[in-house]
Amino acid sequence: MRTRFWATTAAATMAAVLASGSAWAESVLTIGMTAADIPRTSGQPDQGFEGNRFTGIPMYDALTHWDLSSETEASVVIPGLATEWSVNPDDTTKWTFKLREGVTFHDGSPFNAEAVVWNVEKVLDDEAPHFAPDQVGATASRMPTLRSARAIDELTVELTTSQPDAFLPLNMTMLFMASPTHWQSLYDAVDAGVTDPTERAAAAWTAFAANPSGTGPFKGETLVPRERFEMVRNENYWDPARTPTIDRVVLVPLPDANARTAALLSGQVDWIEAPAPDVIPRIESQGNVIYANPQPHVWPWQLSFVEDSPWLDKRVRHAANLCVNREELRVLLGGYMGVPQGTVNEGHPWWGNPSFEIKYDPDAARALMEEAGFGPDNPLSVTVQTSASGSGQMQPVTMNEYVQQNLAECHFDVNLDVIEWNTLFNNWRAGAKSEGARDADAINVSFATMDPFFAMVRFVSTETFPPVSNNWGFFGNDEFDALIAEARTSFDDADRDAALARLHARVVEEAPFVWIANDVGPRAMSPRVGNVVQPKSWFIDIAPMTLDDDT
Amino acid sequence: MLTFLIRRVAYTIPIMLGVSLVCFALVHISPGDPLVSILPPDASVELQQQLMAIYGFDRSYPEQFIRWLGRAVQGDLGNSIATGRPVTAEVLNAVGNTLILAVTATIIGFTFGGLFGFVAGYFRDSWIDKLASTISVVGVSIPHYWLGMVLVIIFSVQLGWLPATGAGPRGSSEWAFDWEHLQYLILPAVTMSVIPMGIVARTVRALVADILQQEYVTGLRAKGLLDRGVLAHVIKNAAPTALAVMGLQLGYLLGGSILIETVFSWPGTGFLLGQAIFQRDLPLLQGTILVLAMFFVILNLLVDVAQSALDPRLQRS
Repeated sequence: MRTRFWATTAAATMAAVLASGSAWAESVLTIGMTAADIPRTSGQPDQGFEGNRFTGIPMYDALTHWDLSSETEASVVIPGLATEWSVNPDDTTKWTFKLREGVTFHDGSPFNAEAVVWNVEKVLDDEAPHFAPDQVGATASRMPTLRSARAIDELTVELTTSQPDAFLPLNMTMLFMASPTHWQSLYDAVDAGVTDPTERAAAAWTAFAANPSGTGPFKGETLVPRERFEMVRNENYWDPARTPTIDRVVLVPLPDANARTAALLSGQVDWIEAPAPDVIPRIESQGNVIYANPQPHVWPWQLSFVEDSPWLDKRVRHAANLCVNREELRVLLGGYMGVPQGTVNEGHPWWGNPSFEIKYDPDAARALMEEAGFGPDNPLSVTVQTSASGSGQMQPVTMNEYVQQNLAECHFDVNLDVIEWNTLFNNWRAGAKSEGARDADAINVSFATMDPFFAMVRFVSTETFPPVSNNWGFFGNDEFDALIAEARTSFDDADRDAALARLHARVVEEAPFVWIANDVGPRAMSPRVGNVVQPKSWFIDIAPMTLDDDT
Repeated sequence: MLTFLIRRVAYTIPIMLGVSLVCFALVHISPGDPLVSILPPDASVELQQQLMAIYGFDRSYPEQFIRWLGRAVQGDLGNSIATGRPVTAEVLNAVGNTLILAVTATIIGFTFGGLFGFVAGYFRDSWIDKLASTISVVGVSIPHYWLGMVLVIIFSVQLGWLPATGAGPRGSSEWAFDWEHLQYLILPAVTMSVIPMGIVARTVRALVADILQQEYVTGLRAKGLLDRGVLAHVIKNAAPTALAVMGLQLGYLLGGSILIETVFSWPGTGFLLGQAIFQRDLPLLQGTILVLAMFFVILNLLVDVAQSALDPRLQRS
């Protein structure tokens, strides 16, 4: 009798467990990235902004965040792990950041000022035991003036810059906070046979990458290098608006566009980055949704201002800008291109309403060229160096050939010098006078425009002439240096934006670029994925998204 | 046989040393910054120099080579610059994946290639020969990445029978020979198999046709040996050469096909090599090439031993 009772109880229990198991199905979002490997998971991702998008922002927080909640407004900086910040009026190289209370890392340790100091040291102090050289690259140039951090009290930290720099709060969006406690426990667990501190630290960081700990809305769980990374929801995330409902996010590297498309169409993934434009109708025909929005990105020709450059004549620079039919180019790209109005567009706090309007007006362009001494019988010959492919380069050859045809109608004879992407990238730094430039009059390298240094300063400052930075064409003068200095030392956000708007307006008016396109970051998603907001940003917030398994 | 084996193994030592040196030299003289994968586009000269020193690229080439070789013989190929992960683990993981793919493709390719070749050679100039020859020519000539994409479109996208990409189901990082895993293998393995299939078919056809014209075959037939007996002689005489071709093909396949592995996102050596080249990840590139070269040398050794076992005359030569 007793045996029968226990057998019945066991069977009932088993049935209940099975029933509950079938009732609770884990919601899993699988993403096919363009990256060939999982972006670094230890806090400072590699693989450019795709790394920040998928292993930075979901798992980590920074002191400041990009607001990714609007499709229509420019993405601006908002509080993250810091609730407020201010510069010391007596010494504008010192900033005070007040930290959010009650935040814990995924391992349960508290986030505090010491943790911020530790994270600054990991990339800036090569004497620190936890110094991570492979994370320096993704940090140093994104916060070029940051020098050190000091804890004032448990929830207050002071950051010091090498020079007064009002851009620091924007830069701090890129420094993701990793858990010092978790790292230390992994360091202590490194094989005792490894005695060299540098090797122990490297081993601890490798272990940390496989078992990361940040404060973000998702927690890293499984890393299979080059194949898959899985994150699970952090139920205790500090921001209720960003506490995920999706149980698990799986990242899959799929560098080939055809493989990504096939993976989406066969239902292996729910979301792919950068589908090839010609397969978008096929993707949509299956009910998938394409999201796109102009990104803070410019696809330009950066012009040379070295001696004898034809672009020294502003009429020629303006003519080229007026001769590109950007709307038609957009059609050529299947509609997936933004039309630029400068380095940033109207509506952005830094736009500044420049007096020169970037538009398609071939008659005006021809008139300017004829005024400058060129015509159908004596066109201006210019050479543009570009690549066959590359990160952010969109479709460089197709697009350049189109622009070449456009400009031919305005008395330009454009020669394309197509070289390998990495070589082009190196040449970008080497400058128009370098041997690698091969006497090119312009270079075509696309760039991000999220922060003022990357968007403008490095291209128009006399302090960023090659090989210091990317002012390839040696454009700059006292006026621009003064405008930059004014922006760097305007510590009120509104004042800083106004100064940057003045700088931007003058950049557009002087036209050291031919602004041709903005990328719109197209991504295709299954209709299962809900609550998607594609902001005007390189980034996108996975945390508030939903998954509907009935779709 | 033992002397032959010892001598043959001893030969591999200078070969591996030479491979290491050539591989190190090629990787270092190729253009590009070794730290391109971790240096930001806007890196200052100071930062570049600091990282070059941290990674040891500021040392002389001989010093770098000796340090690298010293560690390599202990099984430590350094850490990937791009990911920080140990190269040895990265390469062995990729080799494991490629081995599964290459061996499967080889079995398919050799089975069908050998069959087509034998039939074509045995029935030379018949319609079977023409059909088999056509298939083998197509196998050699067809762009494999294109074939891969066509198979994906048909079997993954249209029919939804097989997965389009990846090396295994979500949630398992280890390979298992069950249906859940095998279905990921079918399309890339079939695509890859057309390479050895075409080459083996052509080689075997030529061999069989040649052997059938030899005097000793005429002699065997004149003695009244049945077709089945003649067939056994033909196979035995064709086997050493066919084996050598097969060994070489397996060696090539172990190197992985960058295109096929990219089309199917198969995380093997071809995929790894492609990434290492693209990212200028020198430790990863050196380590991958070295391990692949080692596999190639070992495979050649095994083929030589197998050939010698089949044909003892080769030991004497």
